Amino acid sequence: MKGFPLPSSLKIVPGTERAQAAFPYYMQFGPEDDQRFWFYNSMHFPEPMHAFDSVTGEAAYCALGAANTRVHCLPTVKGIDERLINGRVYISGVAATDPAEIKERTEEFMQRAFYYYENWETLYAQWKDKMRALIEDAQKLPAPELPKYEPLANVRAGRGIASNHWLLDTYQKTLEGYFRMWHHHFEFLLLGYGAYMTFFAFCKKAFPEISDQSIARMVAGIEAEIFRPDDELRRLARVAVQLGVEQPFQDGSTVHTILESLKGMGAPGKKWLEELESSRHPWFNVNVGDGFYHYHRSWNDDLSLPFSALPTYIRQVKGGDKLERPVNQLLEERAQLVSDYRELLSTDEDRAAFDQMVGLAHRVFPYVEGHKFYCEHWYTNLFFNKIREFGKLLAGHGFFDKEEDVFHLTHYELKSAIIDLMQSWSAGSPPRGVAHWPALVKERREAVASWAKHDTPPALGPVPDVIDDPAIVMLWGITRESLDAWLTAGNSSGSKELRGFAASRGVVEGTARVVKSVEEISRLRDGDILVCQVTNPTWSPVFNKIAAAVSDIGGSMSHAAIVAREYGLPAVVGTGTATRTIRDGQRIRVDGGRGIVTMLD
Amino acid sequence: MKSTELIGWFSDITLADRPTVGGKGGSLGELTRAGIPVPAGFVVRTAAFEEFVAILEQAAPLRARVEAVAADDLAGIEQLSAGLVARVQQQPLPDALRDALRAAHAELCGNELHAPLAVRSSATTEDAADASFAGLQDTYLWVLGPQQVERQVRACWASLYSVPSIAYRRKRGLPESQVAMAVVVQKMVDARAAGVMFTRSPTSGDRSVIVIEGAWGLGSAVVSGEVTPDRFVMGKIAGEITTREIRDKPVRHVPLAAGGTSEEPTPTELREAPCVSDEELQQLRATARRIEKHYGCAQDIEWAIDSSGTLRILQSRPETVWSAQDPAPVSSARDNPLLHVMNIFGGRS
Repeated sequence: MKGFPLPSSLKIVPGTERAQAAFPYYMQFGPEDDQRFWFYNSMHFPEPMHAFDSVTGEAAYCALGAANTRVHCLPTVKGIDERLINGRVYISGVAATDPAEIKERTEEFMQRAFYYYENWETLYAQWKDKMRALIEDAQKLPAPELPKYEPLANVRAGRGIASNHWLLDTYQKTLEGYFRMWHHHFEFLLLGYGAYMTFFAFCKKAFPEISDQSIARMVAGIEAEIFRPDDELRRLARVAVQLGVEQPFQDGSTVHTILESLKGMGAPGKKWLEELESSRHPWFNVNVGDGFYHYHRSWNDDLSLPFSALPTYIRQVKGGDKLERPVNQLLEERAQLVSDYRELLSTDEDRAAFDQMVGLAHRVFPYVEGHKFYCEHWYTNLFFNKIREFGKLLAGHGFFDKEEDVFHLTHYELKSAIIDLMQSWSAGSPPRGVAHWPALVKERREAVASWAKHDTPPALGPVPDVIDDPAIVMLWGITRESLDAWLTAGNSSGSKELRGFAASRGVVEGTARVVKSVEEISRLRDGDILVCQVTNPTWSPVFNKIAAAVSDIGGSMSHAAIVAREYGLPAVVGTGTATRTIRDGQRIRVDGGRGIVTMLD
Repeated sequence: MKSTELIGWFSDITLADRPTVGGKGGSLGELTRAGIPVPAGFVVRTAAFEEFVAILEQAAPLRARVEAVAADDLAGIEQLSAGLVARVQQQPLPDALRDALRAAHAELCGNELHAPLAVRSSATTEDAADASFAGLQDTYLWVLGPQQVERQVRACWASLYSVPSIAYRRKRGLPESQVAMAVVVQKMVDARAAGVMFTRSPTSGDRSVIVIEGAWGLGSAVVSGEVTPDRFVMGKIAGEITTREIRDKPVRHVPLAAGGTSEEPTPTELREAPCVSDEELQQLRATARRIEKHYGCAQDIEWAIDSSGTLRILQSRPETVWSAQDPAPVSSARDNPLLHVMNIFGGRS
């Protein structure tokens, strides 16, 4: 039978056994897992996980499953199981198959999900309030610190509880907030995707040869938050030209040089820096990755990425380009597209159904496109930076060398290290962790590096006959056809062509730049074709530079696809194997309208 | 008879004129008047044919003999055809018609008297109820000068009396009095690439795409099926190219200096190159949409692009296969619009 390797046949990379064992027991593959189909979630986790970062999968799947299985009660779909091996995240969907159970769940679903659809705008407005409150709570959490003596004021106030206790309090609140955020993330998500897929499936039936991107363009949001960071950058470019302070923005100048020059430019320079501050909060809280790894730092943490786009934008402004997104025009184009397709339908019945479905898709879409800024970017950024503060504190007490080393501890281990420090502070004796952690951290750092050098199969276990989990099709772009393509790609390495989702139209030839991690972004040159495991919308300054994008993972609704369309950049997503098949520096042709990547030499 | 009764210019013709200009002529006139880029030309109306046939009938019965032959008498049809074709080809044109034809030719060609033309039959029954009849008519390409035009007009008329044509009409029992032939005379496009396009997918019936097929040289290579064409599928509305099948095109049809066309090997570097650029595909799409909009129904269209990149439309006829089917609704409105989502969430049943 055609299939992928069984989980039990995967070998732990020699020398990394202990690092692998650090992941919680419930994330380890067991013998019974050989019976199920698993796929490597390289869309969200394209790189091996650090011990701490595995909390993201845990928190996210906890919330996703709760929404599907218990809250909205999707009739046939439950949650997702997660396993980690060699730092790679494999997931497997859980389905409801018993007809009686499906019937029961259907009744529940219609009372719950339908309520959400009916009250979408109100609930979404409420959602934004909840998210802002959650963000505010996270911002209010104090920096963890241990004074030599309890401050006198606390003593005289009769506070009673000493500073060491607040470490635990802050840590637990930080962790709890992260888990909570993911519940908000999934509160609407599957319902939103489901409404969109309903429309999508209708279009595919009515227009058998319609492209995915045409359907997506009929519902794509125009003012979604996801475009805002880049809009702010463009605004800053315009302001720089208006104020006449554009001179310091030269290709290759460091952020430090630019900021220093501006400070020396008097009132206009000062004004631009004020404008920068107003853009930064909150709009620069976007990560250079998907926000799932601690090292996906935000624009605010590292201004070099947004600043690298400014010279180009400034040149465009000076060349007469207003650099404004023509919102009204985009809205009109969308309306025109919808009405043109509607007109092509054969019957009045179809037109009536189309109106209902496109109406619902438009209703849900602001959430689908907007949530990510609040969740994966803004909140996640606060979360990892708070953990970083603990890292700094622990490093200061000799637990390990650098604050970043904290991410080599699981969240359970971090709690133990914090309690160790609390005890040591209270006892007045040295923390035990000083002797315990440095060797482990070193071992795990080497393990992550070692895992990154080893490829991992795109999927494991028997291939299912059909994949009808809407979440998996929509979020990951995985269908029975794409699995077959992956299997074929594994067998015939001589093929010159890769197929994926036609995400954004256009044909471009150029030099492939295979970028396996965020750090490698700087290798991209003007006109290169980005080949990566997963493209990310917040790489938008990079999108300004590249000629096309190709990714291993992603469906036509992945954010990469949405933003590529926005930038008018050809993109093929969900190829399964592009980063392994395409050589760095190879000439390739990307046909985004057909979803085909051709290797030319 | 007045020359306007014998000759009609495209710009004066609409679909309503089909009884006197035939299907092809009516369509070219309609397209011209709709502002579609059609090579200039005129139609030798059926009245000219009728006048010509009347002269032949005076000498010896013609239509009666066709009606007298049995549909299954192949030998009889062959014998009759040979005689009638010879008569059509040998009978000189009446003076008035010859003068009108020469005048129209001169006007069409201006100071380039030997400008290449296409002479195409345009039967009154063609393109209408019975599309398959279209294949029985003749087209002459790269016709040079008034003598050649005259000869090919006559050849078009004669094609009505070819063996397959007579056999077809006999089989259907079509009365000869209702069979008339108009002839289209139009400027020839020296096509760099040419082909056909469909405003409705021939394979799926999808109205939201335009399927374009084309090859190097004159369109006759594609229409006759001698070359497997490049094939493109594009979104009708937004123009995204979703299928791009570039084929090996070993031969192409090209004009001959003395008139007529021939087949030649395609230069090696062109064989596997796409015969149209993306910009040209977009232009084809825009034109196809205009034509479809004008007619209000799906169209099958012949096109050509000359060496300067100018697009010309050579023919458009209504799509007949999918349009003949009753459209079955894909879905219908629900009392509660939310019930639609059960298609996704309800699972397979």
